[in-house]
Amino acid sequence: MKDFAKLFADLDETNKTNEKIRILKAYFMYVPDADKINTLALFTGRKPKRQINSTLVKTWAMELSKIPVWLFEESYQVVGDLGETIALLLPEPEGSQDKSLTEWIAEINNLASLKEEERKLWLVSSWAVMDRQERFVFNKILTGSFRVGVSQSLIVKALADISGLDASVLTHRIMGNWDPLHFSFHDLMQEQDASDDISRPYPFCLAYPIQETSTQVKSAEEMELALGNPEAWQAEWKWDGIRAQAIYRDKEIFIWSRGEDLVTDKFPELHRFMMDLPDGTVLDGEAICFSGECPLPFNVLQTRIGRKNLTKKILTESPMAFIAYDCLEYQGDDIRSMPLKYRRSILEKLHAESPHQDIFRLSAIVGFSNWKDLYALRLQSRENVAEGFMLKRIESVYQTGRKRGDWWKWKVDPLSVDAVMIYAQKGHGRRADLYSDYTFAVWDGDKLVPFAKAYSGLTDKEMSQVDQYVKRNTLEKFGPVRTVKPGLVFEIGFEGINQSSRHKSGVSLRFPRILRWRHDKKIEDADHIEVLRALLG
Amino acid sequence: MTQPLLQFNDKGIYCAAGDFYIDPWRPVDRAVITHAHSDHAYWGHKHYLAHSLSREVLYYRLGEISLETLDYEQETLINGVKVSFYPAGHIIGSAQVRVEYKGEVWVASGDYKLEDDGLSTPFVPVKCHTFISECTFGMPIYKWQPQQKIYDDMNQWWKSNAAEGRTTFIAGYSLGKAQRILQGLDLSIGKVYLHGVIANTNEALERNGIHLPEAQRVTPELVRESARGGLVICPPSAVGSIWMRRFPAVSFGYCSGWMSIRGAKKRRAADRGFVLSDHADWEGLITAIKATECESVCLTHGSTASFSRYLREQGFDAYEANTQYGLEEEENNETILEEKG
Repeated sequence: MKDFAKLFADLDETNKTNEKIRILKAYFMYVPDADKINTLALFTGRKPKRQINSTLVKTWAMELSKIPVWLFEESYQVVGDLGETIALLLPEPEGSQDKSLTEWIAEINNLASLKEEERKLWLVSSWAVMDRQERFVFNKILTGSFRVGVSQSLIVKALADISGLDASVLTHRIMGNWDPLHFSFHDLMQEQDASDDISRPYPFCLAYPIQETSTQVKSAEEMELALGNPEAWQAEWKWDGIRAQAIYRDKEIFIWSRGEDLVTDKFPELHRFMMDLPDGTVLDGEAICFSGECPLPFNVLQTRIGRKNLTKKILTESPMAFIAYDCLEYQGDDIRSMPLKYRRSILEKLHAESPHQDIFRLSAIVGFSNWKDLYALRLQSRENVAEGFMLKRIESVYQTGRKRGDWWKWKVDPLSVDAVMIYAQKGHGRRADLYSDYTFAVWDGDKLVPFAKAYSGLTDKEMSQVDQYVKRNTLEKFGPVRTVKPGLVFEIGFEGINQSSRHKSGVSLRFPRILRWRHDKKIEDADHIEVLRALLG
Repeated sequence: MTQPLLQFNDKGIYCAAGDFYIDPWRPVDRAVITHAHSDHAYWGHKHYLAHSLSREVLYYRLGEISLETLDYEQETLINGVKVSFYPAGHIIGSAQVRVEYKGEVWVASGDYKLEDDGLSTPFVPVKCHTFISECTFGMPIYKWQPQQKIYDDMNQWWKSNAAEGRTTFIAGYSLGKAQRILQGLDLSIGKVYLHGVIANTNEALERNGIHLPEAQRVTPELVRESARGGLVICPPSAVGSIWMRRFPAVSFGYCSGWMSIRGAKKRRAADRGFVLSDHADWEGLITAIKATECESVCLTHGSTASFSRYLREQGFDAYEANTQYGLEEEENNETILEEKG
């Protein structure tokens, strides 16, 4: 655990990619194999099951730190992270420990069989032998909130450098269903793939955005310059559902989301078409709600994602379909290295043979002969219930992860309104102790009604300026939330808007974020609620 | 009811009986200055009274001012009010101001820390009826480690940077922190360079009879390549500047109490954060306040709301005052570290 805590601290202390890889390699070469695979599991989001809930962890930490509850809460507000707050507040350690990461994780897993008092005793005595950094990392693992500021690709790069295996091979091997108890470092590093996991998905090929914000709209001419001959490209609508990989192998089906969650049970409508595919088929596509021939907006899908039980009502109101756009495996063969036009022909064949045309849909190819036409068509994305276009090079292989060059997403410009910031709250992580989470309002007559919360979109410098504004213009404090004197106007961008009975304003926005700070506008110049209502259509 | 001996108005901490101010932020006739940091020693007063070790830095920063100085525990009378200075341990020349009138004693702490940093005269608790205290780090999450531990980390980091041919930068406020960093460095590792502002400050301190380790001022003529393996002490405002980018293979660390929180550290995108503060930590504040045996505590800046509530729950008569101290650091990110850390 000492090595792991140090690894975490070392990674924290550099911003340089090469330095991070160097640190990871040094760590992987030094620690035993069991720690290696456990580290890999943690770094790829495979956390041990949470055995003690955070409320109990918090309560016991408070008892030990001997401070009142309110002061603990205020400390948490400043630190912005529970595991770190606890690590800072606990009394000095009474001793030290030298158990490995693997041993600690085994102890955490063993908690399942212990009674609450035994768990408490274990936790208190564990904290007593750890220093601050160890406690911090340990708390993060224990409370299931372990996240690390290192991308999966960096870890893979470090492992690839050490083992001599190809990075894309390793990326594939660490996908899907595995846990460090049953998949060893040795298994991972075999020359030949040792996995017999038929559920294992392929790493998703991800697209780079053509443009990030509304301020950088790319013209047809710029597209021509950047991408060249339109004939080399395939355009498809960018669907607003859930990216998913549908697998049918050995008469079993698996549906994986882009976040590597197994979501097979969430989409029962898709099961039949998958069962009727030829054995050894893997499709890449979009799980999306459909009504007749028309995809439904994302919020319809959103209402069913979180549900444990899919009631008949939900299934009727939000029926699913699968829009397929790629085939990664055919007749048991990995065909990712074949060009897109070949994979597309296989996909079209599979589709034509499927008796489930209403569920298994093809992502239509949008024909265009020049970028001007496509530019004009893109402006109709919203009418087509799409987020814009996907552009794929016809000769391209199916890449591992996000690679620049072959796949681009060309999204439609976000909708936007000018709004006034009225509440502020301190953020978490790197925004800790800064008023960086805001609630925005628009005018309803002569009143400001809140309609969205947003935090991303400002530069660090702007954030600290807004932070100062909040501190100097606080009208009231409600726990961690401050009511702020209206004074700052921001342009808020969003992807969609829906009616909502849960919000005061009567609307809810999809993915609201700050596009820019409108220094040039006074609060009187902010938009009115009617503008939002008009967008409801 | 008679008015309190010291009160807060829109100019600073005012003593009506003696007609003078302590650390006023607007121009006044007579200012008693706890220490030379810019949120306590403002420009524009007619007459200044400060500790003798602040003299040269005040002249350097404020120009030709009318300044009278006192040593620690030396008493002067201002309109019949007894005024004296006691060591605050914050920076060289920092003082707590003890004010006594008709048997009533108030102490204004300015900024202070309890750890003996080896440069400033160590903090001495002063018995008083009312203690006006800072509480920059008045939250229990702030616990400092002994400075030697921090110095060891710093030197080790410098050593490994030097071995890799990097130029090490450490950012810390030019008055106070910079001298502490300089003092803690192991000069056998390499050569130490100073940003001009820090070199100027050091020269002012030396005119005041303070002896500091030798270091080289960064001048325009300095061949930057020759600084490889060396260590440059700079103010936080120099971080990321063209001035800094002209050095080869820079690795930089921040030195501040705020570095104890991971989020704050990440926000600065520093390679290293060193938790070295010139302010008292949570335990330090409580220890200092208890040692004054005061009846009331008035908190001027920092986590005043939480800390005063905590003290009240512990049975103290504690309240917050609205002051401009520590406010300057809100102006921008850089100065946060300049003043407070």
